[in-house]
Amino acid sequence: MTSLASTTNTRERDVAATVGAANLGLAILLLVYPAVASDFFLVQIGAYSLIWGVIALSLMLLAGYGGMVSMAQISVAGIAGYTVAIFGANNIGLHGFGWPFWILAPFSILVAAIASALIGVIANRTEGIYTIMITLAIAMAFFYFTQQNYALFNGHSGYAGINAPRFWGVNWRDPIPFYYLCLVCAAGAYAAVLYASKSTFGLTMQAIRDNPRRMRSLGFNVTGHKVAAYFYAGLIAGLGGVLSVWFNGRISPGTVAIGPAINVLVIAVIGGLRHPIGPFVGALLVVLIQTFAIDLVGAERYNTLIGVVFLAIVFVSPDGVLGLWEKLRPHLAQGSLRSEP
Amino acid sequence: MSLSEQHRSHGLVASEGLTPRQAWGVVGLVVAALLAWLIFAIWPDWLNAVLISKKAFVSALFNGLTLAGLYFLVASGFTLVFGLMRNVNLAHGSLYLLGAYIGYEVTSRTGYWLIGVAAGFLVLAAVGLVLQVVVFRRLEGDDLRQTLVTIGISIVAADLMLAVWTGGTYQIATPDWLDGAVTLPIITAVRSNGVSVFLTYPLYRLVVLLAAVVIGVALWVMLNRTCIGMMIRAGVDDRAMLSASGVNVHAVFAIVFAIGAGLAGFAGVVGGSALSVAPGEDVRYLLASLVVVIVGGMGSITGAAIGALLIGLAEQIGLVYFPTYGVVLTFVIMVAVLAFRPQGVMGKPR
Repeated sequence: MTSLASTTNTRERDVAATVGAANLGLAILLLVYPAVASDFFLVQIGAYSLIWGVIALSLMLLAGYGGMVSMAQISVAGIAGYTVAIFGANNIGLHGFGWPFWILAPFSILVAAIASALIGVIANRTEGIYTIMITLAIAMAFFYFTQQNYALFNGHSGYAGINAPRFWGVNWRDPIPFYYLCLVCAAGAYAAVLYASKSTFGLTMQAIRDNPRRMRSLGFNVTGHKVAAYFYAGLIAGLGGVLSVWFNGRISPGTVAIGPAINVLVIAVIGGLRHPIGPFVGALLVVLIQTFAIDLVGAERYNTLIGVVFLAIVFVSPDGVLGLWEKLRPHLAQGSLRSEP
Repeated sequence: MSLSEQHRSHGLVASEGLTPRQAWGVVGLVVAALLAWLIFAIWPDWLNAVLISKKAFVSALFNGLTLAGLYFLVASGFTLVFGLMRNVNLAHGSLYLLGAYIGYEVTSRTGYWLIGVAAGFLVLAAVGLVLQVVVFRRLEGDDLRQTLVTIGISIVAADLMLAVWTGGTYQIATPDWLDGAVTLPIITAVRSNGVSVFLTYPLYRLVVLLAAVVIGVALWVMLNRTCIGMMIRAGVDDRAMLSASGVNVHAVFAIVFAIGAGLAGFAGVVGGSALSVAPGEDVRYLLASLVVVIVGGMGSITGAAIGALLIGLAEQIGLVYFPTYGVVLTFVIMVAVLAFRPQGVMGKPR
């Protein structure tokens, strides 16, 4: 038993070393990317993928480490976005308290995280596949609510004219600053998830995913851990939501509709739910497909294409593109292969 | 001696106090009496002031019942499939919408509404059969992947239906004998000259309600009184044991999936005639099915009926009395049920 544990440890360390090197290479690549990319590739592909990646990362955190597939992550991101629109400045003439960004952004993220924790409390009344149904119902109800309610969400049209902050003499919505802003946020979230997965909390979560009954009988507060995981995922989704609303400059019920909610899941599954890099890979692929589908199948049938790709991934490689990679590189696969999430 | 004493005291408690079942029965009777009074009595002025008007209230009640009937038709298939196969079919809304489109095409080509209804049921039952045999059988025992696949199917199906039928809104034409309104023996108001005003209500909506009740009863009879129903119920309780006792589980699965999908298609045609057919309806009915089944309890037809009643009434009454917060009411019902009875009203604790 002990020998098994120690071999797992060394294997884990080896993988950590290789992953570290890979991360360094990736970081350098992403840092010099603006030098070669045009504004379109920088913002519409680069920054956009990073934002979707952050939102999908929050799902990966829940699904990969906690075994809880939540469909409401886009709603959490949307709550952060709406908070930015309501407490920041907008040009709709409804609310818009004009808080400075350095209070506004953390506040919005916190609101989103608390909302996420509440969703977690509701979703964890039952277990397993029920989670996906309850969170999907919550996401849909939130969408219909934002559409119906004018007092708080300004109904169908939502909020517009939301500007990214300007400080240090930089307009952070300009292509290069915005790209770096997204990169720093995404890297921060990525590092946080990577760190959390190795922390006591992360290991406990993974143990709960694998055998909740056993963890409960060992004296762990299973529900408490799950709700805490929803809170952390909410922080990340909220960060993505704030970046997204700065990117678009507007937010409306369409942002939190069922389409985007499914999109988050598609991104996370296509990328792979086993490693935090998966959502970013998935986001890049989906954004590229979205952008260039017009040349492949015409602008109209983009959803069919993405749906077919999604189905193919689910059928061929349940672990997403990362899983395909691991199949091709079996000696790399050993460390990161785990039992089904 | 002590045993008989115990026995006697137990008997005394049972005869003097109320068992929970009796208590619920009394509550039910009180609610039913209150509802009957609300519907048939001539309202005093203060009640009219509180609830806008009797006409608004009773209409909302009837609309809620009709919608509940529709939701029940959609959700009963969903709950059967889930209960038996542990397959959360998130493409169920797409089946509803496809049924509605097929019903529209067939009705407008042949001119016979009943053929359209039959086509909606049969075509979708066939689609369900194909889905079960070609897709879901391959992923048996893997809940998450099955669910993901149904999401993928719903994405593709929604997009292809958009390609074929475009974004327009269709209305399935109902035959003449179902058109028009009936006057119900319910007095909504009394004019100053003493003439009573009776409630009129579209005949078609009453027929929808009747159809839902008939199908509900038929499903209940099938599940509780026939051989195949016995197999299905056994499968809901313990799939492996059913298989071990020599039943071809795959055949049972295929039948249930076909019935479930067929009911969704049937509801599509019926609902498309009462309301309208447009992209986005798939999501609406998927949400309704999800909430109905979460509230009612998985795998229970009675639960689906109770859930559909609660959600349908909440939606329509919410629409009249607090229009911008209608969805919240639905949501609150779902959360309340999850808080006090996570397995749903009629669900069995697992």
